[in-house]
Amino acid sequence: MEPVTYNLIGAGLIVIGAGIGLGQIGGKAMEGIARQPEATGKIQTAMIIIAALLEGLAFGALFLGK
Amino acid sequence: MKIFQQGFKSLALALLVFLPASVFAITTASGEGEVDTKMEVEDYILHHLKDSHDFSLFSYTNGEGERVHVGFPLPVIVWSSEGLVTFMSSEFHHNDDGGVIVEKGGLKFAKIHSKIYELEQGATTVSFDAEHHATNGTKVLDFSITKSVFGILVIGLLMLFWFSRLASQYKKKQIPTGFGRVLEPLVLYVRDEISRPNIGEKHYRRFTGYLLTVFFFIWILNLVGLTPLGFNVTGQLAVTACLAIFTLVIYTVSGNKDYWMHIFWMPGVPILIRPVLAIIELAGALIIKPFSLLVRLFANISAGHIVLMSLIAIMFTLKESLGVVGATGLSFVLSFFILLIELLVAFLQAYIFTMLSALFIGMAVAEHDHEHEHDAHGHEAPDAEDVRGDFI
Amino acid sequence: MDKLLNDFSPGLFVVSTILLLALIALMVKFAWKPILTSLNEREEGIQGALDAAEKAKREMANLQADNQKLLQEARLERETMLKEARELKTKMIADAEAEAKTQANKMIAQAQEAITSEKKAAMAELKSHVAGLSIEIAEKVVRNELSNKDKQLALVESMLGEATLN
Repeated sequence: MEPVTYNLIGAGLIVIGAGIGLGQIGGKAMEGIARQPEATGKIQTAMIIIAALLEGLAFGALFLGK
Repeated sequence: MKIFQQGFKSLALALLVFLPASVFAITTASGEGEVDTKMEVEDYILHHLKDSHDFSLFSYTNGEGERVHVGFPLPVIVWSSEGLVTFMSSEFHHNDDGGVIVEKGGLKFAKIHSKIYELEQGATTVSFDAEHHATNGTKVLDFSITKSVFGILVIGLLMLFWFSRLASQYKKKQIPTGFGRVLEPLVLYVRDEISRPNIGEKHYRRFTGYLLTVFFFIWILNLVGLTPLGFNVTGQLAVTACLAIFTLVIYTVSGNKDYWMHIFWMPGVPILIRPVLAIIELAGALIIKPFSLLVRLFANISAGHIVLMSLIAIMFTLKESLGVVGATGLSFVLSFFILLIELLVAFLQAYIFTMLSALFIGMAVAEHDHEHEHDAHGHEAPDAEDVRGDFI
Repeated sequence: MDKLLNDFSPGLFVVSTILLLALIALMVKFAWKPILTSLNEREEGIQGALDAAEKAKREMANLQADNQKLLQEARLERETMLKEARELKTKMIADAEAEAKTQANKMIAQAQEAITSEKKAAMAELKSHVAGLSIEIAEKVVRNELSNKDKQLALVESMLGEATLN
């Protein structure tokens, strides 16, 4: 295969991994909010931070592979 | 005050009216700069993501079949083999593939993909190798007032103007009026939601100025990047690297004894593991943290620009299969929703960058005056802060 | 990665570092410092005003409690005073009554004594009178006896009938 295809496969893997991770973060955050609605603000902040970290990781990998 | 405001408004209005008159319109041969095919779209987007040496607003083909570029040139300042050389970017005539060679002080310069090359003595044209790298030229250190530098200057002056006016309002009254009323809650937001909780009541005052500047700088430039002006300042690796290095310097310089102790000689772990941990911690503090900061901002903004421009380009690329109306409609709907998401991302990235900077600074200045709790086996119970530190 | 490094422009890095340093310094000096100082002052002012209001409220409550206490005390004092006065009054009345009674008893006793002595005196006088009268009667009877025996006897008898009544 051409190198470009390998790159695309890698990008796909990264996106799958990041998608699973984001789903976990979002789902657990929802659960947390449902359990403790009064902690919504704190949970959201933590969720956004972790999501951003994950996203940074994914983007970093995508750009390094490019 | 009223007169001043009026004066400012009329000045802005005059600028808006006269700016197009002062911009230069350069004509090149027809076809050049037109974007129609998929390859050209890709090239155009990649070109946009890079910095550019002139400020072009739009271009069109006039009745005589010539391409007209409307915009204004910016000064080029390069550090060549014979010292500083300056000229206006209009001398390149919008050429970006090394076709136009500018001679200044006996040196020849060519612009290839937004990079300025100094040609070797005696060369008259740029020669390329198979991978389209210039073989007879070297890259020069480019201190030009590029589009990004221009953007930084404009936004910096705008911020200085807005916030110093807000500051002077407090001298006369307790509650600001006008635009200050919009800015005050934002300032309070950064102070109370980002700076204070992450750095701690004792130290936050020292760093709030930096965090506020960075927050508004990134946010405003992200938003400006979404306008048709076509700035891509926060999508420049050099700018985000510069911001990340500022944060690195700040938290390295202000780190206290506890912080360095946790890096070099982590308390509460077996002695043998401590040197290994020290290496990991040191790499994390000096390389991974700033790298994640700079790549995150750069990648998000670049990706946003790529997606938005690709969706706009649907207008040309799908013209044949969907028809003019269909392609334009699809492009409009998709790019509209992506633009909304990008507006959120513009804020989110500014928030994340500031938040993480505050977090890192907070970890560096945190005082561990409390003894770590030990569990039944004599191991240290993980502290919330340490756990948080491990994840970042 | 190569592409990223190729895109990185050292010139732009230097220029943006200088510009950002200048921007941070200027913003801190001309904008953030005055803004944050005035925001802090405003917040402290509001906090101070709230504290003062709270203090005033507490003082007011204290004052009211003091007033209430004073009022209570005054009422108590008045009541005790009234009670004392009432007691005094009853005592005085009782004393006066007792004295009046003893006085009256004394007077009655005196009067009785006087009456008895008067009665005695009157009895003595009466006795003496009766004695004198009896003597007179006896004289007259004697005289009558001397003149008329029958008549004398009748007289004595009538006299005696009268005299035994006393």
